[in-house]
Amino acid sequence: MNHARENSWLILIGIVGAIFLIGAPQVLELFTIINLTTAIAMALLALSLGLVWGFGGILCFGQSTFFGIGAYAYVVAAINFGGTSWAVVVAILVAAAFAAVLGYFMFYGRVSDVYLGVITLTVSLIFYNLMRRTSGPEYKIGDALLGGFNGINAPPLNVPGDASWILFPEDVFYVAMAALIIGYFGCVWLVRSHFGRVAVAIRENELRAELIGYDVRLQKLILFAVGGGIAGAAGVLFANGVGRVTPDVFNLYNAALIIIWVIVGGRGTLIGPILGAFGLFYLISSLGQQTSINNNLVLGVILVVFVLLVPKGIVPSVIDLWDRKRGRRGQFRRHGRRQRRRGGRTAETSHEG
Amino acid sequence: MKGEIVVETRGLSMHFGGVVAVDQVDFNLRENELRCLIGPNGAGKSTFFKCLTGQLKPTFGDVVIRDLNVNRAHSHEIAGLGVGIKTQVPNVFEGLSVQENIWLAARRFHPAARARSLVEETLDRVRLTDIRREVVNELSHGQRQWVELGMVISAEPWLVLLDEPAAGMTHDEVLLTAELIREINKTASLIVVEHDMQFIRMIADKVTVFHRGAILIEDTMDVVAADPMVREVYLGHRKK
Repeated sequence: MNHARENSWLILIGIVGAIFLIGAPQVLELFTIINLTTAIAMALLALSLGLVWGFGGILCFGQSTFFGIGAYAYVVAAINFGGTSWAVVVAILVAAAFAAVLGYFMFYGRVSDVYLGVITLTVSLIFYNLMRRTSGPEYKIGDALLGGFNGINAPPLNVPGDASWILFPEDVFYVAMAALIIGYFGCVWLVRSHFGRVAVAIRENELRAELIGYDVRLQKLILFAVGGGIAGAAGVLFANGVGRVTPDVFNLYNAALIIIWVIVGGRGTLIGPILGAFGLFYLISSLGQQTSINNNLVLGVILVVFVLLVPKGIVPSVIDLWDRKRGRRGQFRRHGRRQRRRGGRTAETSHEG
Repeated sequence: MKGEIVVETRGLSMHFGGVVAVDQVDFNLRENELRCLIGPNGAGKSTFFKCLTGQLKPTFGDVVIRDLNVNRAHSHEIAGLGVGIKTQVPNVFEGLSVQENIWLAARRFHPAARARSLVEETLDRVRLTDIRREVVNELSHGQRQWVELGMVISAEPWLVLLDEPAAGMTHDEVLLTAELIREINKTASLIVVEHDMQFIRMIADKVTVFHRGAILIEDTMDVVAADPMVREVYLGHRKK
């Protein structure tokens, strides 16, 4: 995919995103808007894995860890600080720092891809079980009771610097959508930078990247930490959308769901995981309103269908299809033009002759 | 004798369990030298090569590059010294374009503008300008070897280590590769591990023959080729 065409797509995505940002609260009901905020949080989470897995080649099965840590850190910090301005910053930094520490052991310990998946998933499940057991009054960080199975109520975002000016759900939607747009274009910038191109190179061939002088471990560590930070930001939005953080953010279902979003949406693109997350989020919530089919069964079928029939995911497959059609059409058109020109010339010469 | 010693190994040994792949090798390479390492299969050339490039950590002994002991150095640190490395199996970024491959190597140690001009220069030198936008995994074996060579030279190394650069190439491609290697030698010292005797004749200056993990003989190609011991090693015992 060449840059010029990619740029026109980016402009289109930016316009659609901006229209959505401004327009959605005008036309949609409040309930839908709140629900949408949660969907956006999921999309941002999918984006973080799309970056780490799709571009860095790091299959992190526990992206939910950083998401959950971000959500918990946000709530705990907000309760302790009595405001959310710094809590957001803390949440993102804690999530990124935890990803960096975990990443340090995995990348500097040269853990292979499969075990990396196992380790990250396990860490998420450890957090799940750990947080479920924090129900007594003795489990608290500062003023924040962790609340075990029931979790903690999340204080809503306030205007930066003014803890008493609390945002309405519509305003939180604006923040979430803006965060997603900024996150998306930030990732686009990142993958086009020298750093991002090296990340892709490492995905393609680690040994070669090392032999031309790149410190593969450090590169992966930084990318992983950035992904962790974005997942942490998604956790903050999620806490605001749902209004509560429970240990379920760490559970196996969530961990697997993120992977499915990215597979369905398409690895190696950034918009794919976002669309995958939105699509499946709404599919699941509409399935939740009926009882005849089991949700997980549908998800499972979707995953199997995609892995077998559309292994690249929706967005890359659509691009391929488009290219093929366009390419063929273009070929015919060029061929036709050449034929006509040649035909014209022979007609002319024969006329003269 | 040419300039100062740029690569030196002292008593370099590499053991894999009980197998001794490289056995106490003392080796010197001087500035602007072009040295070929030859030897039959299993002679320890490639293991020796991997010790030089940081892909293997020697069991005993030292590898010294320009007065710096690089025994425990990682490959990327050795590359950072200005060493260009090409491995035996072509290691390229399969899914990326030819120019992206070369840009990644050029950009590592050069600022953006210089890297861009280096890419142009390199594409020209390895004769891949016409197919610069093609994805590497769609190219022929020989072309992929050149992409890798291009990555090596675009970083402007002063020391180049090549493991079988002509493997799997057609005759014409081999000729071009030999020419390219002689050209690289104008600005860099080289160690070339190679099987193909014909190819070595085209480029070699001085040849080191490996046998059973140790250096058998080190001399010019003509002397080496005439040496009865070398013949024996290559062709096996022929007792009447």
